[in-house]
Amino acid sequence: MFGKKRVAIVGAGVTLFRRNLKETGKELAYHAAKIALEQAGMELRDIQSVVMGTAPDAFDGVHMKGEYLADGAGAYHKPYTRVFVGGGTGVFAPLAGWWHVASGQFDTCLVVCEEKMSSCYPHPQYAFTTIFDPILERPIGMNLIWIFALEMNRYMHKHNIKKEDIALVSVKNKRNALDNPMAQLAANITVEDVLNSEIMAWPVQRLDVSPTSDGAAAAVLVSEDVAKEVTDNPVWIDGVGWCIDSTHWTDRDLYYPDYVEYAARMAYKMAGIKNPPKEIDVAEPYDPFDYKELHHMEGLLLCKKGEAPKLTREGVTQRDGDLPTCPSGGLLGCGNPIAAAGMMKVCEIFWQLRGEAGKRQVPGDLRTGVAQAWGDLMQYGSVIVLRR
Amino acid sequence: MSEVAIVGVGCTGLRPITPELSYKELMYEAAVKAYEDAGGINPREDVDVFVTCAEDYLEGFSIFDEFVPDQLGAALRPLFTVSGDGMLGLAQAYMLIKTGHFYTAVVEAHSKASDILTYMDIVQFGLDPIFNRPPGGHPYYIAGLEMNRYLHDTCTTEEQCAQVVVKNKKNAILNPYAAYGAEVTLEQVMHSERLFYPLKKLEISTPADGCIVMVLASEKVAEKLTNKPVWVKGIGWCTETPSLETRDWTRAVYTRIAAEMAYKEAKITSPWREIDFAEIHDMFAYKELQHMEALRLCDYGEAGKLTEEGLTTLNGEFPVNPSGGLLGMGYGLEASGLQKVLEVVLQLRGEAGSRQIEDAEVGLAHTWRGIPTATGAVAILSNVK
Amino acid sequence: MSAKIKHFPGEEIETKDFREGKVLFESFHPKAKYAWSAGIAISRFLEELKNGRIIAATCSKCKRIMVPPRIYCEKCFKPTDGWTYVKDTGVINTFSVSFIAADASRLKEPIVVAIINLDGASEGMGIVHRIGEYGDWREIKIGMRVKAVWKPPEERTGAITDIKYFKPIKE
Repeated sequence: MFGKKRVAIVGAGVTLFRRNLKETGKELAYHAAKIALEQAGMELRDIQSVVMGTAPDAFDGVHMKGEYLADGAGAYHKPYTRVFVGGGTGVFAPLAGWWHVASGQFDTCLVVCEEKMSSCYPHPQYAFTTIFDPILERPIGMNLIWIFALEMNRYMHKHNIKKEDIALVSVKNKRNALDNPMAQLAANITVEDVLNSEIMAWPVQRLDVSPTSDGAAAAVLVSEDVAKEVTDNPVWIDGVGWCIDSTHWTDRDLYYPDYVEYAARMAYKMAGIKNPPKEIDVAEPYDPFDYKELHHMEGLLLCKKGEAPKLTREGVTQRDGDLPTCPSGGLLGCGNPIAAAGMMKVCEIFWQLRGEAGKRQVPGDLRTGVAQAWGDLMQYGSVIVLRR
Repeated sequence: MSEVAIVGVGCTGLRPITPELSYKELMYEAAVKAYEDAGGINPREDVDVFVTCAEDYLEGFSIFDEFVPDQLGAALRPLFTVSGDGMLGLAQAYMLIKTGHFYTAVVEAHSKASDILTYMDIVQFGLDPIFNRPPGGHPYYIAGLEMNRYLHDTCTTEEQCAQVVVKNKKNAILNPYAAYGAEVTLEQVMHSERLFYPLKKLEISTPADGCIVMVLASEKVAEKLTNKPVWVKGIGWCTETPSLETRDWTRAVYTRIAAEMAYKEAKITSPWREIDFAEIHDMFAYKELQHMEALRLCDYGEAGKLTEEGLTTLNGEFPVNPSGGLLGMGYGLEASGLQKVLEVVLQLRGEAGSRQIEDAEVGLAHTWRGIPTATGAVAILSNVK
Repeated sequence: MSAKIKHFPGEEIETKDFREGKVLFESFHPKAKYAWSAGIAISRFLEELKNGRIIAATCSKCKRIMVPPRIYCEKCFKPTDGWTYVKDTGVINTFSVSFIAADASRLKEPIVVAIINLDGASEGMGIVHRIGEYGDWREIKIGMRVKAVWKPPEERTGAITDIKYFKPIKE
């Protein structure tokens, strides 16, 4: 077990998630980082390295925006790295923080995720056209929503899933978000509301989708020795996993995210998890669309392929169910400032395991939680397993 | 005793344009060469993690990470993208192996500068949108004003800066990977147009296309894959500040801090004596001198004199940029850090051809992320464990 | 979100606050233009499109016939071995009916986009393109057979849009 050091999260922070925040990207990063440090009982001078996770530069409107955000993230005169794996960044950034400390290179690492999508004018949606291949796909007029719609349709077709069951996820998460003070879109909606909402790209309707947002989230990662000094309640990063699938998304069957499964297996192996549904107490899979929560639950091996809708219908994924999923309200409820959203999920698991989630607290003695993010062209899975 | 080594390198060479290949095909070529060089490893099975280094706006895509796995053999494998220079990617690979959970890592960086039609506008797009972009102007004025301050504070002369160009472009003639090797005289450099006073046209490196892939491995694996491992003795990186208004213009603080990190790990106390040669970021000629001083290879104000006296030539006491540097090879955008590491590796393996430095044992590679950043990295490599 | 955090920073504003001058801002339009080299594989693909044909690459090891073509097989990590034509007919793998355009504006007439698995290529190999001449969009089904509708030869430029769209066919 040469060099295998344990890494703990000892503090976390988030800002509000809103469609339009006045703060600049730097200020958002600063706020989240400051709260995380305060919660950890540490100061910036205790931080030896910084990792930034933030998604397309096109939103903030700055090339090399990692450099631009560096001072807001506390990286003044420090080793600073920005990682960027599309939507997977929010869960991937703490993985990068993990290896900064697990390698023994640093004792502490501040991980900050920021997104300021509102800078993109007139609407951030338009910037998404540039994620597609310029020769084969952009001339078709590809829109980001389309690629999700294609996947959703395939998933529904393969397992014969009705929209009613998928809509339940949107209902659950937006309701969960009512207990989340930073959430953007908390609401009490019904399945009918979802089914009657405006069709964007069939089968995707307006209430199936999470919105674009501004926001930031951060966490302080430390080595075992430092954890002992600053807290009685460290949350250990026991498993890390990530995987990218081929660029040729049109050559893949989109009904199942292999890349999430591969990432999950990598993380579960490290964490010694053999029976995910039994051993995981709370989960935060990435839910930019309602069907995605189901898609990812299956990829995370929390249930069999095609079984996730049934579990949702039966209430298993409610906060008081056997496998509480997205107790935070997820992206559907809290908003989707891409990288910050994934990081928010990691923070939620951190707070859940510590019993600090307030009104959102999942009851019981929680030991193990998993957060997952997805990214790129239906390609990327990043998974983190946290344990108390 | 070191734990991580570079066991394979592959480079397509730097060229002004590469119209016949897409960036994917360029990456494939470098990857195949690197895996072959690393004892013929199969990326589908033998590589644990892949790291690519890229910036969206240099490629023309949002989320460039999407487009990289297939050509590296990383489809359905653990891969991620660092938005940074190749040496920052190298640092990640190094840390990953040191965690003890991963044994073989691949690092990739490339430049397809010829695909970018509006390169200077992209550089400008990297400036602070509230404070620095509105005044407009070609962003390289930032280099001009830094050079001005540097010359003023250190009493370095313009001729000393120009001498860097002469030296590096001459070295590049001997480098088959270089795009812009040439015999230029001091007069030619001094008389070239002062585009950003006092920075002159011939003192600015020109972008070039190319891809470099490297394979790193833990000690046990390294010794199985190659009989010429190049050990990473120490590595450091640092961001000083993105703010133009508050940074230090003379002393390249980011390099100073990164170097201290690397020297501490490599247990180096007298860089000039304990290191045999260095590959230093020379995107602008004066930067080579400024960085030499920040690397503590000499005192402030001395780098110019050492260059003038010929101590940093190929046959000098401390060769700097034997590859020809970026001035001679071409500026490979985010791959420029790996251009530096590549030369250090080749020299330490005795594979540098007519550029070979005798008895090289310890080399330093250094990078800077270019305008408008104050971010850099330093690595100390050695062929001695 | 933690019960220990009492205040979550962030000052919410609305888009109209910019118009009404309540919030100051800088705007900038980047000049970001690129000319991507198509490379060996895609150049051939585009040339063949100009000729009204779709070409794929083959790998002798995994035996896949791959479209869009590539010079390396990503599964075997080896160079692909040859070229072969595939048909311009295929099956809808999945589709979507979009009422929003690329810039999020609403469309009166929907755009139908699909992944089409082409006949002759390996299972699952597909390209993304539009569906046209479909009548009622509610009739479109996964598994429907479709055929490419090409631009007339003199209008083709060697681009993916040399195919106008795929239309449903009865077979």
